[in-house]
This record gives sequence, structure tokens and C-alpha cells, in this order.
Amino acid sequence: MNTFTNKLLGGKQGAIGLAVLAAIILVILPLGLDPFRIGMVGKYLTYAFVAVSLVMLWGYGGILSLGQGIFFGLGGYCMAMFLKLEASDPISTKIQTTPGIPDFMDWNQITALPLFWQPFHSFTLTLLAVVLVPTLFAYIIGFAMFKRRVGGVYFAIITQAIALILSILIIGQQGYTGGVNGITDLRTLLGWDIRTDHAKYILYYINAFLLIAVILVSRYILSSKFGMLLLAMRDKEERVRFSGYDVSNFKIFIFCFAALISALGGAMFTLQVGFMSPSFIGIVPSIEMVIFAAVGGRMSLIGAVYGALLVNYGKSVFSETYPELWLYLMGGLFIAVVMFFPNGLAGIYTDLMKKFQSRKTKVAPAPAPVVAAETTEAAVSTEPAGAKA
Amino acid sequence: MFGYSMADIGNIVVMQGFSGLSLFSVLLLMALGLAIIFGQMGVINMAHGEFMTIGAYTTVFLSKLAVKYDIVNYYFVFAIIAAFIVAFIIGYLVEFVLIRHLYKRPLDTLLATWGLSLVMQQIFRSTFGAKEVSAELPQWLLGAFQPTPDIEIPINGVFVMGLAAVVTFGVFLFMFRSRWGLNVRATVQNRVMAGAVGINTKKVDRVTFALGCGIAGVAGAAFTTIASTGPTTGSLYIVDSFMVVVFGGAASLMGTIASAFGIAQAQSILQFFMTSSMGKVSTLLVIVIILMMKPEGLFAAKVRK
Repeated sequence: MNTFTNKLLGGKQGAIGLAVLAAIILVILPLGLDPFRIGMVGKYLTYAFVAVSLVMLWGYGGILSLGQGIFFGLGGYCMAMFLKLEASDPISTKIQTTPGIPDFMDWNQITALPLFWQPFHSFTLTLLAVVLVPTLFAYIIGFAMFKRRVGGVYFAIITQAIALILSILIIGQQGYTGGVNGITDLRTLLGWDIRTDHAKYILYYINAFLLIAVILVSRYILSSKFGMLLLAMRDKEERVRFSGYDVSNFKIFIFCFAALISALGGAMFTLQVGFMSPSFIGIVPSIEMVIFAAVGGRMSLIGAVYGALLVNYGKSVFSETYPELWLYLMGGLFIAVVMFFPNGLAGIYTDLMKKFQSRKTKVAPAPAPVVAAETTEAAVSTEPAGAKA
Repeated sequence: MFGYSMADIGNIVVMQGFSGLSLFSVLLLMALGLAIIFGQMGVINMAHGEFMTIGAYTTVFLSKLAVKYDIVNYYFVFAIIAAFIVAFIIGYLVEFVLIRHLYKRPLDTLLATWGLSLVMQQIFRSTFGAKEVSAELPQWLLGAFQPTPDIEIPINGVFVMGLAAVVTFGVFLFMFRSRWGLNVRATVQNRVMAGAVGINTKKVDRVTFALGCGIAGVAGAAFTTIASTGPTTGSLYIVDSFMVVVFGGAASLMGTIASAFGIAQAQSILQFFMTSSMGKVSTLLVIVIILMMKPEGLFAAKVRK
């Protein structure tokens, strides 16, 4: 393998991990599940985008954002606005007082489409908005905070407050945003019905391939010089600064990148689930997204996907059958992951592998220094953000 | 402005101002506890709101007992003390079991205490039911007095304000005039050195955390006089309280008071003229923007970084 593919796949270990993940989400799950279940897995996989973004931001960058729901939601709303405009053409909305505008606007006595809705008539502009709006928003927040060296818990609290503001704003401005119900009743994308089983499979595959592409790009970033700097910044920010790097620019970049990934997840969510609402933006969803990454392993891009799948699967199983038990479990999960498994599932897996390997080396004594060098390297790269701080 | 005469606006501002003062008092009590824990120890306690709920439920429980034994007029003072003690003890235990292992990982503390808050909310729901409950208030807390015919000031609001003032003064005495406070401040400034001169820093941590939780319990007792209590009551105030602490400048008592006052007043006056959600949005937005320009808060401690 040449260096480029090596960086992209993250070496032999990374390539195997990715192949297993690809096999599961591209082959095993679609073959084994009915269309309804596939829709649910597709929904969980859109959360995996956010989990991956948090691995980059929190695991490697040491920046805990409690506002990833903002970007997930912005991406989702941009897509939803386009679909809503398509669903409310003058013919199908002719019973309204003002035909041609979304139904919730009509219910709120708004008679003309607001200016910020206008660009969403065009699919190209919508795709641009899905990418640009959250990234720009992240840039503004990141620029204001990181340039003034705000970090750590302050950053977490302020992103949380922004998530709260945005969700209250959307709920309050019912006429412009659809309020607490969100933007619902989305039917077609460029004339193509997104609610059929056939469409569900196609969207699922687009989603899955996009997720794998995002993981590859993230891998590439992490294995480049930037990734090294990111880790160095997390562990000893001052030293990186004294070495002549502008720490804040790197932080702004990684924050924007994380926002972009989350927004892609949000847009795919809208397409697959068929609605978008403020319940994916506020404080609670945003902090739940952190637990996806934490359960999967905050240092593992692949682990984050499994984390998102597992936690959400657990959530839908338990909250249907034992709703009281679910909050205990969720709360316990937060505490247990922090106290006992700071590296999540990926950490447990690496520990098991190490034990397995050391048993092998005991049987047939291999050259010890090589193993030692490997394990220390692994130990350095898998240490959680806070452990050294 | 909005079809009100000047006199109307004056009355509205006074009355909304007083309702803002009730909010201010609860926020201040919440934020005092947080400021001690966050400002002094750097620990983010997302379960702080639940400690307030513990205090509120304690008060409600005692009020039920008081009704049974017909001592409704006197129990409230004891309820405040009991709320403090219960929250203090639970805080002490939480520090011992959970927080002390995480002092070096502030972001992880945040997640762990969030988990704790979820568990506590569910415990409240299973124990006290999902419905909101309210305490039987003593007669002397009910009613309002009217300085002019157009202005009504509820007595419970005045009481809560007085309580907040007393607690604030108590915290001031504790932190700046007592041996304990000296130990706490020494530990914050230089943990290793404080340990070297014989301060038991672990004990200081534990008591400081428990004290912060205890004050949240008092906030809960005060809260029962102005609203009813449900399992998620505390979580509604947690972001506001954090904003108060951060906005005021952590570790500054004056800053906490000033920012609690500003935030509460802005919210309650704006909520009258705008919709309630827009009042809240604009207040929070202004705070976030100010914090982005001045991240150390209003009253930052002047230290070299």
C-alpha cells in the first residue's frame, strides 16, 4: 500500500475494522432486516455522523461541544425546508388561504413566503446551504471563542446555551419554522417519492456510503500532520503554541469540520425519516450524542458508529418496553463510561486484543522490545482527553 | 409604546420587576451553590438542579407532615433547614462515590453528573410520581400587600428575597470570614501548598461540594413558595444558573449576585413585552454574545494567567 491509501485506511488494523463495519452496514443489515427496521438503522446511522464528528472534536481535539445538535439540526432543517417547499406546491395546497406556502405558515396567518425560505426552492442552493450554513455558524462560534482562548468547560457550557437558544427560538417562531412539531409531511425529492420501501433502501445505501466516506476523510485528517498537532494540542496546548502554531485556527478548523459532518447526518436524517423537529437540537439530544461517541470509544472513528447503533437500539427497545428503566440505564451509562470505560467499546476491544497477544507471546517468546514499542504507541494514542489534563 | 401609558409602564415595570426578584432569588440561591462548586473547585455539576429538587421535595414532604400535626404556621423554617441538611448529606455522598475520582477530568465530570441527574430525575418520578406537587404554605406567606392601588407585591416573593439575602450573607461569612473558608480558598489557589501546610484538601473538597449542594437544597425550599415541584423542575434552571455563574465571573460573589439580578430582571421584564420564549431567547443571546466578547465574565478575579 502506498502512503496515501495507508493514511486513508489507517494501516492494516484500520482497514480490517473498516471492512468489518462496511460488511455489517452494507451487506449483513440490509439482507437481514425488513424495510421498516432498515429505516430505523438508517436513522441510527445518521446519528453516527455526529458520533464520528465528536470523536474528531472531543476525542482527538479535547474540545467538548454540547451543541452538536445545533449542526445536526441546521443540516436537517435546510433539507427539510427544500422538501417542504416541494410538498407545498400551489396545486396540492389550494385549500389554504395562501396556496403555495407551507401549511404551518398558513395556519399562522403568514401570507407570503419569508425571505430566508426563498433559496430553498433550488436544490443546488439547498445542498450548498446544508454544507455552508452549519459550517459558517460553527466558524462564527469557533472564531469568537477560540481566538479568545475559551476552552474546556466554558466552551461546553456556552455551546449548550446556544443549543438551548436555537431550540427555544425554533419552537417560539412557529410561523416560520413549524414550531415544536417541526417540519413534517415531507413527500418527494425532485419528484421522487422518498416514502416507498424502494426509496428507503436507496437512501440507506447513500447514507451508508456517505458515512464510510466521512470516516475515510476523518482518518486521513487524523493520520496527517494535522492529526498529530490535534493530539499535541489536546495534551499540551501551551507547548504547541510556543512552537509557533496558531492553536486557535486548528481548533476552528476541527470545529467547522465536525459541524459539517453533523450537518450531513442531519440532512440524511430528514431524507430518511421524513421530518425534522427541534427535539433534535436542544440540550438533551445534544448531550446524548456525546454518549454515542463515549460508548463507542472517544478515540475510535469506527467505534463511534457502533456506539451510535447500540445506544439507539437500546433506547428504542427499552423506552418501548420499560420506559422507567431506560433513564436509569442511560444515566448509568454516562457514569459507567466515564468512571470505568473511558475508551468505550473500542477500549475494551483493544484491551482484549492486548491480553490475547500477550498470552501468545508468553507461549512463544517473541522479540520483546517490538511488542513493548507497539503497546506504548497504542497506549499513547488511545488515552482519553482528560486523563492527562 | 405598545399602547400603554407611562403610568402603566411604570406599574408593569415595578410588578414585573418584583416577579423578576423572585426569579432572581431562586437563581441566586442556585448560582451560589454552583459558584462555590464550579468557581472554587472547577467542577461542573450538571445534577445541581436535582439537588434543588431534593430540597423542594423535602419541603413538600414536611408540609404534608405539618398539615397532619397542624403546625403549618411554624414548619417552614424547619423545612428550610431540613432541605439544606438532606441535600448536604446527599451531596457529601455523591462527592465521595463519584466526583472525587474525576477532579482531574472536568469534561468527564460534566458527563457523569449529567448521568447522575437522569438517574435522580427517574428516582423522583418513581417515588413522588410524575405529577407536580406543591407545599402547603403557612398563612403568613400568602397574600400580597399593595403600596398603591395599582401595584401588588406578593409576600412570598419578599420572603424568598429575604431568604436569598440571608443565605448570601452566610456564604460570604463562611467563605471570607471563617477558618473553613480560608482553607477552601487556600486549596483553590494552590492545592499542593495547602496540603503542605496541613490543610486536609480532600476533606475541604468534600465539604465544599456538599455545601454547594446544601444551598441548592435551600433554593428548592424557596422554590416551593413560588411554584410547584415536579421531577424535572431542577433541570429547567440548570442552564440559567450556569449562565449566571459564568456571566458573573466564576469565583466572584459580587459577580454572581449582579449577574443573577441582571438575568432575572431582563427575562421577566422582556417576557412581558415580548412572548415568553422570545424574552428568554433575547436574554440568553445577549449573555452569550457578551461572553464571547468578554469570556472571563463581568467580575473576573484579577489574576495573572
